[in-house]
Amino acid sequence: MSQKSNARGSHPQPLFEAVGITKQFGDFTANDDVSFRIYPEEIHALLGENGAGKSTFVKIAYGLLQPDKGSLFWNGELVSIRGPKQARQLGIGMVFQHFSLFDALTVAENIQLAMPAGESITSLSSRISSISRDYGIEVDPAARIYNLSVGQQQRVEIIRCLLQEPKLLIMDEPTSVLTPQETEQLFSVLRRFAENGLAVLFISHKLDEIRALTSRATVLRRGKNVGSVTTKGRSNRELAEMMIGAKVKDVARQQAPADAKVLFEVKGLNRAKANAFAVALRNISITAHAGEIFGIAGIAGNGQDELMAALTGEWRTEKPGVIKLDGTDISISGPAERRVAGMGFIPEERNGHAAVPSMSLADNALLTNHSLAGVVRGGVLDLVGMRAKAAAIAANFDVRLPEPNPLASSLSGGNLQKFVVGREIIKVPRVLIVSQPTWGVDVGAAVFIRKAMQELAAKGSAVVMISQDLEEIFAIAHRIVVLHNGVLSPAGSATDLTAEKVGLLMGGDTAHTSDLAGGSDVAPGASA
Amino acid sequence: MISMIPRKHIPLSLTLLTPTIAIILTLLFGAGIFGLLGFSPLGSLYTFFVAPISRPDQIGDLFVKACPLIITATGLVFCFRANVWNIGAEGQLVFGAIFSGWMALSFPHWPAMTLMPAMIVASIIGGIFWAMIPALLKVRFNTNEILVSLMLTYVAALFIDWLVRGPWRDPMSFGFPLTKMYSDAALIHRIDVPFVGMLGQLHWGVVGALILAIFGGFVLSRTILGFQIKVMGDAPRAGRFAGFNPNLITIGVMAIAGGAAGLAGMVEVSASMGQLQPNVSFGYGFTAIIVAFLARLNPVGVIFAGLIVALAELGGDHAQIALGMPKVVTGVFKGVLLFMLLAGETFNRYHITWRHPAPMPGSREQ
Repeated sequence: MSQKSNARGSHPQPLFEAVGITKQFGDFTANDDVSFRIYPEEIHALLGENGAGKSTFVKIAYGLLQPDKGSLFWNGELVSIRGPKQARQLGIGMVFQHFSLFDALTVAENIQLAMPAGESITSLSSRISSISRDYGIEVDPAARIYNLSVGQQQRVEIIRCLLQEPKLLIMDEPTSVLTPQETEQLFSVLRRFAENGLAVLFISHKLDEIRALTSRATVLRRGKNVGSVTTKGRSNRELAEMMIGAKVKDVARQQAPADAKVLFEVKGLNRAKANAFAVALRNISITAHAGEIFGIAGIAGNGQDELMAALTGEWRTEKPGVIKLDGTDISISGPAERRVAGMGFIPEERNGHAAVPSMSLADNALLTNHSLAGVVRGGVLDLVGMRAKAAAIAANFDVRLPEPNPLASSLSGGNLQKFVVGREIIKVPRVLIVSQPTWGVDVGAAVFIRKAMQELAAKGSAVVMISQDLEEIFAIAHRIVVLHNGVLSPAGSATDLTAEKVGLLMGGDTAHTSDLAGGSDVAPGASA
Repeated sequence: MISMIPRKHIPLSLTLLTPTIAIILTLLFGAGIFGLLGFSPLGSLYTFFVAPISRPDQIGDLFVKACPLIITATGLVFCFRANVWNIGAEGQLVFGAIFSGWMALSFPHWPAMTLMPAMIVASIIGGIFWAMIPALLKVRFNTNEILVSLMLTYVAALFIDWLVRGPWRDPMSFGFPLTKMYSDAALIHRIDVPFVGMLGQLHWGVVGALILAIFGGFVLSRTILGFQIKVMGDAPRAGRFAGFNPNLITIGVMAIAGGAAGLAGMVEVSASMGQLQPNVSFGYGFTAIIVAFLARLNPVGVIFAGLIVALAELGGDHAQIALGMPKVVTGVFKGVLLFMLLAGETFNRYHITWRHPAPMPGSREQ
């Protein structure tokens, strides 16, 4: 710590400084007069909601975009960064949110692709090993990427950056794919970087992480720099209010229903791998009661998509008796029939799955209502009815429309998500199946959507929520299971569980399943 | 790097302006080509565009020429909207002609009241039959419908060739590869317009084609069937989420396109030929693909696109006869016209910007 304050005291020279960075895309100002400094040996957070302009700024800093106005200084000298190559020459390294690794190649081969030609795999492998040792990042240079977990793949990306000996390491939302344990490991690695003289720019919207890891944060809101603040001694609420510019309303978990009847039941659902990249589902059992929010946690790619398709009916088992809605067997019904039976579905992907971007909201309202009464008569569409339905959804779910009946593609992510959520909840389905309900939407919309789901549950519906966001799961779910590698853990009551226990299960540690089952009122398969 | 960005709002004035600009550019280009080849530019353009439709009866003939294109393209619009690439309308058209021809030749004594509906149904079944081969193969074995439907076109052409040279040849045809003439009940008659009389070859099939295109527009924009087709084409995953069956849609649109093409084959033979011959289609099934796209995959637009393409065809024929212009030159000019219209359509929907070459995130350029 003393070293850090020393660095700022005796060397007032910032390592990296942005002055008045402005970037416009058409009418949209992604960065508006953004200025801040990063000092050597500092872990600096860039904080902001989705769409606040973090990614744009990072791309400018790494030379992928050119600013319209403003200047960048490196060690006090004015620089213009024309591309990633020049950024790397200056000493800026970047680890992207989405990895760029070839699955079939080894760690060393992947890194070799990014290095100047001429170095042998053997010498590179030994350099990789020595860097791994120095920073405590274990990676086997000979391992093939497809055998590595997401956290390990991220380490490969980090090592690839480190081999280029950067002075500033930019990490774009690095924890979005990690379990809590992997996140903690990453943080200790990043702290070691800072001790070894490296500066880190850490991009995130997760407040707990930022307070745990960083000393200072620069907050962006709608492209503008709201201020650079020290993170120590500030509450999540203070930071969140800076981030969204308004008072944050908390969503509190509702009381779990007592002795409610089982509304939705899945028993022993199996699904073989559809292709080499899919996950097989094994003996999935879910019991959701009236008035309950049933949370399914897990890291992406552990069978969420396969499970969602099985629950919506886009994929169907051939075995009857596997999925029951209030006692009625719907195992072999398609999505339209399941909706008629009283289900609603909200898939993770808005564009092209939950909604058709090239179509109007009225058409999109029809998408999940065509099998229900009111919008189709004798095969002919009731255009007035469809528009009225879309308008009702927009009015009740705070969907801000640029014009009456706009194309779905002209809505922002949060607005379209509110529409997609509202389209189902307005029908008051007896069972709502939802995947990643607040993925990529701003804090305000997320709060709204979570409240809407809670209100639905309060009316006596069952909500099954698949989410990778543990914070969200713990905020509203009554019971929690973890999906790992196509298998569900036993259900546990949210009040008995901690993020640590769930995190271990997300990472595939099955030794703790007994902890979960202890709080469960219904063990899977035990109820008739 | 040039990039094309979709326009969010397309003003009506732009939509009207683009085809105008496209036609003006075509005229300038055409005049240039004709001038270079030693033809009078203005005279050539007149021969191409004005002379073929300068009399009422010629306008009637323009509609007759457009008739099979409009019918076939209306069906194809459904396929292309669903992202099913049926390139074999030509073969489906031929099979419609064969099936209806079989009715006409087998039951020449039936009255028009029964024979005509029977031929219409037979032609639709014939076209659907030929379209079901690529459709079912695609659904069952995931074959590529482009290849299968295209190859079947040649099978159909050889099949009708064999029929009219072999089993169905009229013994009195002096060895010509022709069937017997259809009975009068099997022919589509010309329209006797009140106070005007006959307008060239204008026949009742044209009226049917216009009704079909408008009805197609209604189905596509106002019915749940049309909605399913559009959703499947735009976002197949959303279609499955909605509960639509992708295989049923594929089979459905292939049946619509096949049935329409088959009907076009029947109309063409019964209205213009009166008997089967080796060539019942002059590439209508292929030209209809251009018509469908020129119409922006809108069945009502197909009427106008069909007329434009028919005019280019007639103008080409006319220029060959009147000016002795080589066929390749008229072909090039037709190509320029279509190119300009489709380019205008593209610029209408997208605007072009020049962007700095920015490498994709994560690309390695060392």
